[in-house]
Amino acid sequence: MTTSIHAYRQPISRFWWAKRRSYLLFMLREISCAFVAWFVVYLLLLVHATSAGPDSYARFLEWSANPLVVAVNAVALIFLLLHAVTWFGLAPRAIVPHIRGRRVPARAVLAGHYAAWLVVSAVLAWVVLS
Amino acid sequence: MSTSAPHRRSSEPFLWLLFSAGGMAAALVLPVLLFLFGVAFPLGILDAPDHAHLLAVVQNPLTKLVLFGVSVLALFHWAHRFRFTLEHGLQLGRFDRVIALCCYGTAVLGSAAAGWVLLTA
Repeated sequence: MTTSIHAYRQPISRFWWAKRRSYLLFMLREISCAFVAWFVVYLLLLVHATSAGPDSYARFLEWSANPLVVAVNAVALIFLLLHAVTWFGLAPRAIVPHIRGRRVPARAVLAGHYAAWLVVSAVLAWVVLS
Repeated sequence: MSTSAPHRRSSEPFLWLLFSAGGMAAALVLPVLLFLFGVAFPLGILDAPDHAHLLAVVQNPLTKLVLFGVSVLALFHWAHRFRFTLEHGLQLGRFDRVIALCCYGTAVLGSAAAGWVLLTA
């Protein structure tokens, strides 16, 4: 049987995250996901335009140079960097590997992620630009 | 978060797994592509690749596989994080079912669209 308990719960403001810088940074980090989704859409539009032929690829490039689109992408880049940095920053707490029974230091896990980021970025840039 | 009965299997761990994998994929792969295609090429900092080269890259099966994987994972990363941004950030937790359905539903539709775009590319 369940009994209803009318315990007092302190009301939380809808805008609680605007009250402190650390809360705001948390909220900005969470909002970065919207720009992740935006860029997936943008990337798929690029793939679609490329496969549709040289003319549609040229039109995509023209559209991507529209100041509004560039502005959105510049903001999106800042949010993606925020996502990447905060994500890698948390990785040593989520991933605790052991080698021969000894714990790998958190700094090594962090450095490993940044190294992987560098390698992946270099390979992708090489594939696109070469 | 989940209020399902204890004997029911929760899908939450699977959703958290997708969130984590998507967060990692997005962090590793997307910034450099966004810099190139969203900022550097449009502003003329670097020359955009010519169509023939980019078409060859896009039509490579390995590229398609990687792009599909990254797209699906990143979309589910978005869905999961956006769900809890709405529920915790804006105190909308009582609408969990509707919000979750909309978020993951959008990710499923987006994944299907990604599959279609990449298969027909």
